[in-house]
Amino acid sequence: MLWNALLLALRAIRRNLMRSFLTTLGIVIGVGAVITMVTLGNGATKAVQDEISSMGSNLLMMRPGQRMGPPEGAPNFKSGDAEAIQTQVGGLEAVAPTAAKSVTAVHMARNWSTSVTGTTNAYFKSGNWRLTSGRTFIEAEERAGKAVCVIGETVRRELFGSGNPVGDSIRIKQFSCEVIGVLASKGQSAMGRDQDDTIVMPLRTVQRRLTGRQDVDALLVSVKDGVSTGMVMERIKTLMRERRKIADGEDDNFNVMDTKQIAEALTGTTRILTTLLGAVAAVSLLVGGIGIMNIMLVSVTERTREIGIRLAIGALEGEVLLQFLIEAVVLASLGGLLGIVSATGASAALAKILKVPFLFNPGINALSFLFSAGIGVIFGYFPARRAAHLDPIEALRHE
Amino acid sequence: MTTASASFGDPLIELSGVTKTYGRGQAAFQALRGVNFVIGEEDFVAVMGPSGSGKSTVMNILGCLDTPTSGAYLFRGVRVERLLRKERALLRRHYLGFVFQGFNLLARTSAQENVELPLLYRGESSSARHEAARAALSAVGLSGWETHTQAELSGGQQQRVAIARAIVTRPALLLADEPTGNLDTQCGREIMELLSVLNREKGITILMVTHEAEMAEYATRVIRFVDGRVESDVRNRERR
Repeated sequence: MLWNALLLALRAIRRNLMRSFLTTLGIVIGVGAVITMVTLGNGATKAVQDEISSMGSNLLMMRPGQRMGPPEGAPNFKSGDAEAIQTQVGGLEAVAPTAAKSVTAVHMARNWSTSVTGTTNAYFKSGNWRLTSGRTFIEAEERAGKAVCVIGETVRRELFGSGNPVGDSIRIKQFSCEVIGVLASKGQSAMGRDQDDTIVMPLRTVQRRLTGRQDVDALLVSVKDGVSTGMVMERIKTLMRERRKIADGEDDNFNVMDTKQIAEALTGTTRILTTLLGAVAAVSLLVGGIGIMNIMLVSVTERTREIGIRLAIGALEGEVLLQFLIEAVVLASLGGLLGIVSATGASAALAKILKVPFLFNPGINALSFLFSAGIGVIFGYFPARRAAHLDPIEALRHE
Repeated sequence: MTTASASFGDPLIELSGVTKTYGRGQAAFQALRGVNFVIGEEDFVAVMGPSGSGKSTVMNILGCLDTPTSGAYLFRGVRVERLLRKERALLRRHYLGFVFQGFNLLARTSAQENVELPLLYRGESSSARHEAARAALSAVGLSGWETHTQAELSGGQQQRVAIARAIVTRPALLLADEPTGNLDTQCGREIMELLSVLNREKGITILMVTHEAEMAEYATRVIRFVDGRVESDVRNRERR
């Protein structure tokens, strides 16, 4: 009986191919939207997680001022703070002070706007940076503030094209700077910033030649494996309050962030966005379901005579109900399948454009398919019941 | 012509004191006011009468599509008016065949598929359906037309497909509601010849509503309705 009903339903769908397609379009778009949103959202979450792990694990970032907003009046760190933390707080891998400045770098006829980070060799360790060629700073260069630099992949590409820059030099403001190394590419950050668009110099070089100040914008502290970051954070805070002479009861005028916390916050945000977008897309699925109900009701009216013939021939009410219900479910499921196919295509293409990894998610595909079949049952039931309850005499008289 | 008070063979159908009232109170309309008759197996009955005389109502009641307001309808001894809707549907499925004035074939569906439809509801296998449908189409003279759809068949051919659909289940009773009403005289005669042959050779009991005296001549018995009552019930001495 089920097989017969399926056969009848398929025949009815085939008889009205164009209308069947337009009916399912709502489901196609709904399922497609849900799957695309969730797939892209998962890809974005993955991208954030990848980036956090590329930043280095167990990394603490220290900035002057309160956590949110600009560092209002809060003094910058001093170069000595890094050494003080390194020597007085235990369990640390490396402490890197950084001072940044936006500059235009020039090589031959090409120029490129980027930012320079002044720091120490500890920066490469705490930031999880690797070099593709060349070397990092030697102690003499750091101490003397020599004009040497390690450049990111983007800067290399923009200034040197396909050439090897190591040993060559670039001009920044009034001074010429020797390129001693090239950083391995890290790609885009979760916030969309190009991490390879950077030049790294010894801290003293930047302080003397670019900022003209003796202070430091931020400190990167990487904690040894197995050491509690929470404990380290507390010790650093106590030390810094002392060094910055903050009275008891006063708020900190600096903040320490754990990258793990940032990672959690960021993935949390993308998850919420994914859920929201998915919910919006689910509403369109609902609208698609109403579309199916609408067409099925029209179809019942249009096929009143046919239903009358079936009832007169001896079809039971249950059989007519089943036929129309299956027709709705088949329509909705076909829509679901089409939606899955188009969503896979769309999310693969969008993932490429948005530069997030494409992760095929079998769960959401299966769920969407079942959901669309369920929509067929729910929105097909009312029209099907109406068809089954028709009075055969009236139905046969219907023009 | 002689008056036929008794049935021809074994009784297939017995109506006694059947009334049917539509609507209520002031608007109530009595379509049937006490109808009694017996139809035997292998009878070929023509029901005649002016519009509104109740002949369609009788057809609907006999066809188990409607129930009488009062009175008894026995089909092979079963009190049909006491059956549930579902039981009446099963009775239709297993014992009745319908032929309508407007043919009522499924659109965009081949003759073969139309004839197979009742067998589909009986749950017969695909091969059994095929064979029975081909046989039925051949019995109505439509061998070779199996794949044609309703739009590709003439009115007479459509009615033949409808008859094939009605007899494919070997029904105990074939109900025909003005089967020649939408056809020209020539086609109508051919359809009546076919029904007559099916009645004689296959022993199918036929009850037909018509208002054309010429078509009624093919029947073995003519029941006339006036104002919801049987006015006359006569047996054709010689049928055409």
